[in-house]
Amino acid sequence: MAESAAIELRGLSKRFGHAQEQVTALDNVSLIIRENEFFTLLGPSGCGKTTLLRLLAGFEQPSSGELLLEGTSLAGLPPYRRPVNTVFQSYALFPHMSVADNIGFGLEMQGREQAERAQRVQEMLALVKLHGLENRYPAQLSGGQQQRVALARALANQPKVLLLDEPLSALDLKLRKEMQIELKRLQLETGITFVFVTHDQEEALTMSDRIAVMQHGQILQIGSPKTIYEQPSRRFVADFIGESNFLEAEYIAANDGWAHFRLPGGVELSALEDPLQGYRNGQKVTLVIRPERASLCDAGSGQLQGVVENVIYLGTDTVVYLRLDGADTLFQLRSQNQYGAATALGVGDHVTLNIAPEAVRVLTD
Amino acid sequence: MKRVGLLLPALFMIGFFMLLPLGLMAYVSFLERGVNGGVVWGSYTAEAYIQFLFERDLDDSLLLNTDYLQIFLRSFTLSCITSLLALLIGFPVALYMALQPKPYRNLLIFLVTVPFWTNLLVRNYAWILLLRNNGLINDLLQGLGLEPLRMLYTPFAIGVGLTYSYLPFMVLPIYASLEKIDLRLVEAAFDLGADRRRALTRVIIPLALPGIIAGTLLVFVPCLGAYVTPELLGGGKSLMIGNLIQNQFGAARNWPFGSALAFVLLGIVLLAMMLYLLRFRRTPEETT
Repeated sequence: MAESAAIELRGLSKRFGHAQEQVTALDNVSLIIRENEFFTLLGPSGCGKTTLLRLLAGFEQPSSGELLLEGTSLAGLPPYRRPVNTVFQSYALFPHMSVADNIGFGLEMQGREQAERAQRVQEMLALVKLHGLENRYPAQLSGGQQQRVALARALANQPKVLLLDEPLSALDLKLRKEMQIELKRLQLETGITFVFVTHDQEEALTMSDRIAVMQHGQILQIGSPKTIYEQPSRRFVADFIGESNFLEAEYIAANDGWAHFRLPGGVELSALEDPLQGYRNGQKVTLVIRPERASLCDAGSGQLQGVVENVIYLGTDTVVYLRLDGADTLFQLRSQNQYGAATALGVGDHVTLNIAPEAVRVLTD
Repeated sequence: MKRVGLLLPALFMIGFFMLLPLGLMAYVSFLERGVNGGVVWGSYTAEAYIQFLFERDLDDSLLLNTDYLQIFLRSFTLSCITSLLALLIGFPVALYMALQPKPYRNLLIFLVTVPFWTNLLVRNYAWILLLRNNGLINDLLQGLGLEPLRMLYTPFAIGVGLTYSYLPFMVLPIYASLEKIDLRLVEAAFDLGADRRRALTRVIIPLALPGIIAGTLLVFVPCLGAYVTPELLGGGKSLMIGNLIQNQFGAARNWPFGSALAFVLLGIVLLAMMLYLLRFRRTPEETT
């Protein structure tokens, strides 16, 4: 492997509380985070992603398992001895220190000379585009500026890994989008490994090289944003990231690279055969179809039929909710308003859906 | 108009019970002393203030007399030591309290205030029982085969008594400011490479400074004028300003001098407080 591991977790677990009231926040997690990677831990609140970050920073000690940074164990090392820095969700800027003192704090703790510190502070201010604000105090800055100071402060120490704990959640949407691009730029410019924690799937898709989707203290899937979105391995992943239609079906047969499934209503759908998956005859599966991958077609050429229940106009797109014939589920269909075709639909219209085999993802959980 | 009406009771209280007596005291301090106590109304003199620093020789020439100055200095030293001791004991206590889970914290606050339920006199007598020559502490020392110590009726006893009496006034304001500190700031300090000592000196103490200042003033100022504790634990010798002033109105029957002493004390306290507050004046981030 060309890239080396910045961080390696081996069977890492963290339990809080005692005896009966014990809560498992992390359950036997093993994971490799590569060097210079923008790695995102994505999951709903309570999934253990923040606990994992706090274990990396050293604020918590693992109940069991190993934590290695560039091959060396971090066991027993207090936070101030770890070459890792954190950007806190609330920024946690020191209110009694100026911006320059905040940014220079880590260097001061390392015992660097005043002149060197001042120069580095200037570099950091330039990096996060906050020239001329060095003498301000945190309370005199906007949320976005505080965010940049927090970044500069954490980066000033040139950590091996930068940990980011939902740093954008307090910003408004426009600023958040801006900072997403900014963070990606900083990561590329500094070449530092970023471990980013978020519950926002869009944020994760925008910035990450790889994403780990977490639930109940476990990692469900690790992959590039494209893999996570297009080839979710679990129902939870497909549901959590983007919108999905789930159709229960049963396996019938496979031929010529196609796998065929039958829906409860008798309709048959095909998917690309996954050579790694061996299905039994009659096996129950879940078919996942992204709303934008299904399309309307002329009656007779598609596989699924249904009645329009709702049409929602979203500007760029239109979302149509269909009640499928012979099934009780609502099917979501999303199409771009490039030609305005979908908007012509009205509630109660009978339509036919075409679903290409490439659009169908088969899940067995 | 309504607002003025609401202020009236407070203005009356301050005016009638503080400004008026103070004015009276100031007036008295410039009068001639009466032979059997009281004053001679209508004959003005600065004799009381002169007496603070000088004594009159037989030929009426002024000689420097530092007796009273020494009592002032001793009071200041004792108050400083008491404040420092209270700070050294009170800060860790307040920090410990602030780090406890919330329900437990309230219990601790309650415990800190428990001594106030007992009268100050009773608490000082309790110290007499502990500190006297055949008191509990000396019994213990002798039981261990050590020499007994003479503690009661010394400045040491006053210092111990004052520290004990005023400790809650140090703990509570410091606790109040420590409790407000976001613990993530401490984590941030650790994260950036500060060990426990430097997290304390660079983050926790600076952020608790308003509480430390308030606590120090709340201990220092009443200590300067303390009367009961020096009287009981100091053995009634004029070891501190409070007793000296009391003496002038009592046994010495020198009201003008007593008043003058009170005013000198007031002036020094005000000056000290101004210097102290100027030294630790608020930093810009607190103005927003």
